[in-house]
Amino acid sequence: MLNRRSFLAASAATLAAPRILHAADTPGVTATEIKIGNIMPYSGPASAYGAIGKLQQVFFRVVNEQGGIAGRKINYITYDDGYSPPKTVEQARRLIEQDRVAYLFNTLGTPTNSAILRYVNQRKVPHVFLATGADKWGDYKEHPWTIGWQPSYRTEAQIYTKYMLEQKPDAKLALLYQNDDFGKDYVLGVRDILGDRFDQMVKTASYEVTDATIDSQVVSLQTTGADVLLVGATPKFAAQTIRKVYDIGWRPMFFMTNVSISVGAVMQPAGPEKGVGVITSAYQKDATDPTWKDDPGMTEWRNFMNKHMPDADQTVGEYVYGYGVSKTLMQVLRQCGNDFSRENFMKQVTNLRNVEIPTLLPGIRVNTSPTNYHPIRQMQLQRWTGSTWERFGNVIEGAQI
Amino acid sequence: MDGLAHQLIAGIATGGIYASVALALVVIYQATHHINFAQGAMATFSTYIAYMLIQAEVPYWAAFFATVALSFIIGVLIERILLRPMHNAPVLTHVGIFIGLLLAISDLCGWLFDYTVKSFPTPFDAGGPMLGGLISGHELGSTAVTLSMLILIYLFFRHTSLGLATRAAAYNPVSSRLVGIRVGWMLAVGWGLAAAIGAVAGMMIAPVVFLEPNMMLGILLYAFAGALLGGIDNPGGAVLGGFAVGIIENLGGAYLVGTELKLTLALIIIIGVLLIRPNGLFGRVLVSRV
Amino acid sequence: MSASKGLPVAAARGAEQVAGHSWAPLVILVLLLLALAPAFLVEGYRLFQLTLAVIYALAILGLNIVTGYNGQISLGHGAFYAVGAYTAAILMAHFEVPYWATLPVAALVCAALGYGIGFPALRLGSLYLALTTFSLAVAVPQILKYKAFEDWTGGVQGLFIFKPDPPFGLPLSNDQWMYIFTVLVAATLFILSWNLLRSRIGRALLAIRDQPVAAEAMGMNLAQLKTRTFAVSAMITGIAGALSAIAVEFVSPDSFSVILSITLFVGMVVGGVASILGTVFGGLFVVFVPNLAEDISKAAPGVIYGIILIAFLFLLPTGFAGFLRRLVVPLLRRRRSAQAMSSNGR
Repeated sequence: MLNRRSFLAASAATLAAPRILHAADTPGVTATEIKIGNIMPYSGPASAYGAIGKLQQVFFRVVNEQGGIAGRKINYITYDDGYSPPKTVEQARRLIEQDRVAYLFNTLGTPTNSAILRYVNQRKVPHVFLATGADKWGDYKEHPWTIGWQPSYRTEAQIYTKYMLEQKPDAKLALLYQNDDFGKDYVLGVRDILGDRFDQMVKTASYEVTDATIDSQVVSLQTTGADVLLVGATPKFAAQTIRKVYDIGWRPMFFMTNVSISVGAVMQPAGPEKGVGVITSAYQKDATDPTWKDDPGMTEWRNFMNKHMPDADQTVGEYVYGYGVSKTLMQVLRQCGNDFSRENFMKQVTNLRNVEIPTLLPGIRVNTSPTNYHPIRQMQLQRWTGSTWERFGNVIEGAQI
Repeated sequence: MDGLAHQLIAGIATGGIYASVALALVVIYQATHHINFAQGAMATFSTYIAYMLIQAEVPYWAAFFATVALSFIIGVLIERILLRPMHNAPVLTHVGIFIGLLLAISDLCGWLFDYTVKSFPTPFDAGGPMLGGLISGHELGSTAVTLSMLILIYLFFRHTSLGLATRAAAYNPVSSRLVGIRVGWMLAVGWGLAAAIGAVAGMMIAPVVFLEPNMMLGILLYAFAGALLGGIDNPGGAVLGGFAVGIIENLGGAYLVGTELKLTLALIIIIGVLLIRPNGLFGRVLVSRV
Repeated sequence: MSASKGLPVAAARGAEQVAGHSWAPLVILVLLLLALAPAFLVEGYRLFQLTLAVIYALAILGLNIVTGYNGQISLGHGAFYAVGAYTAAILMAHFEVPYWATLPVAALVCAALGYGIGFPALRLGSLYLALTTFSLAVAVPQILKYKAFEDWTGGVQGLFIFKPDPPFGLPLSNDQWMYIFTVLVAATLFILSWNLLRSRIGRALLAIRDQPVAAEAMGMNLAQLKTRTFAVSAMITGIAGALSAIAVEFVSPDSFSVILSITLFVGMVVGGVASILGTVFGGLFVVFVPNLAEDISKAAPGVIYGIILIAFLFLLPTGFAGFLRRLVVPLLRRRRSAQAMSSNGR
């Protein structure tokens, strides 16, 4: 009976032992091609995130036009799962068993990735740079072939809580979160720091993605008398929250998840003057922020967009994200040299040292090791001034402020 | 009690949103005896048309009425091209077609206009809350618009011969043909009307919730609930039902079960009411004689 | 309209004629062998897809019984599917119950739930029933995520379980055994349903759907029949749900969104209302057509899927089964009239 312990042991042994490479050992890789698989929601209510996959299709096409990598073209194959876990399992099996891809890259969503977690680890397929900020992808003991990319939501919440305690030791916190794995990670992060004090210090309110507005929740939270507000919401609801909080005359210390801080997608629709003072902890540059007008990294991105995706709306944050994670993959592929076997690929994935990515904030680097599966752990606090995000303090590592 | 007033007003404001969509659903039902599941998606599409016009520097009210007219035409076209050849098909097939429309139009909006949230302007005074921060100028204005639409619909159905013909065509197509009513075109008018109302609802809702392709997803369920609560064949009942649902949902979530069960609670209450009054609070009981 | 309503009975009678020559068991055996064949012809991912198609077909069968045959519109059958899936997952994950034993439990739980919903359903007209069931489908994910049940359901993170190994040390892969097991369970339920639906009870269900007043006047106990139908229908869909949990090895609230209920409904309409063969087609449709849509357009697969669905219903308003009937029934009629003529001619 195949159980957890046996396949864990098997995968650990495989990673540790040296291997002699045969053609059969490098599925998805030939002398001329590397096949990389991806699964994204291109249909259904979560299809906004499909923009990431769309950018990556263009990105790898451009890489191929410029000669590919190590003389090989990258064959990026992406399928739609409509954000439904059973469909994700189907598409993952199709990629691995039928299309025989070498690796899975930047697959999106927590429940969707959870559904294929055991399968890919059993088959020892690199499952890298997942497009989700769930904390659990950093567990290299349980699933050594799986690794995240962006900073975890839970860590982000810990950072906010610590900063809050520093500034207002007796704060009363109101917590608005989306009722799914994304939002609940923020609750967990706050609870991590406050421990037993959680129940007396914090009042929570949640919303479903099917809710029309969050006005009722905001009003409820204000009546609790809280002076700090932490919001784990996706862009539409974040914009609604910023506007409502301002409109009812509430001025708490306001923390917003870094998922929803795009100037064009959140701050502008909410009303730029209404978000003054909102604090977030970011790791990426925002395409619509005037600060990065002449920044070399964002200029590189902008040139890419203008030349290869001229019809795309550059306020869409997914395009910056997709570019950053694709650049990270390219770094790994370069480090592979000529050996693109799954073992070596995974070895290089866990061997990133201070890699600089053009779309990440200054001072933030990608770092991995065999015992560190959180590629981006650094974030920086920034505050909305009404026209731009002003960074303050130092780059924070993990939850150490 | 300040909180209660806030919640109540917030409930009425949300309820207004549900009420306007419920009105569109009831109009289509009265005119065609079909529930159009694609109503929300069509309304979103119309709102995007308005958005495009406004982005192209067309003044608000010109864009507004142009969109309403365009939506009317689109509604008529859908009925004539898609549904008319199907009118002998089983009811369930019709529902299947509406579902197909829903899926296609939602994703179409996303593909054409992408998924970034867009802010949609309001013609009413959006700056500064009124009534002591409880309600905004827009919320008052859109409620007024919904009520005016309701009055216009009422007048249309009750006091114009076209309205009467439309209702007759849906209620008894065979007899209507016998008295010379062009049933096919009446159904088309009904669809056009519902599409137009949907467009107005969309344009009133978008400033509050922000325009994005899935804007109407959650609203549609509550609008259905409101329409059925008030009685599916009663426009006034539907509007009242919409408001009621908004208030129940808000107060229930704030004071009874917390936000994590808000949706479940609202639905339980509605189903409870339906069990006591199976035709809705204000619906008419239809007795079919054998 | 009345022609299409009468057809299932005619076709059933036609089939009975065939069955009168005791071909039915042979036909069933052949179909079963055909259904099992892919386990040995096809591998891994494709077999997984077919397993899912069979599971959806079974779920759609449940829906068809209550909506297609009995006329009670349910837009929320995804709820029973979810309950069945979670029952199986909880039993396997927390109580180490063997996979096959979870099916009867899921069946009982869902039957009870269906029966419970059948009662209030009696009072509601079709539209209101549609909304009520739809609300159920929308509420289920929220209930599954609820904190109080988190210890059981795993909350938003879901539950993990394992696909079973083949029994008796048979030389099959887990995928193959899962497929065979699914086909055997589904076939059993299909055969039982077919028997039920072409019996007096099946005709009673159809009568209630088409002429409820007349049916009651003829002495049928509408309340009893309708609630029991709901129970049976929920039970079948619940078993399908349990099978899906085992096949996917994972359950989470996001696996059972309202889209699932819509998918089952689409499968029923496309396959053909009130048709057992149609449900198989429906299951294949909802698994394979989305992939087809994606092949056609990567950028907007949802649009293509919607268009395909509309076009299909436009061309075949009575679904795939309706199309088959149009082909087969004239043949059966010709056969019967030939027999009648030959017996008359004697």
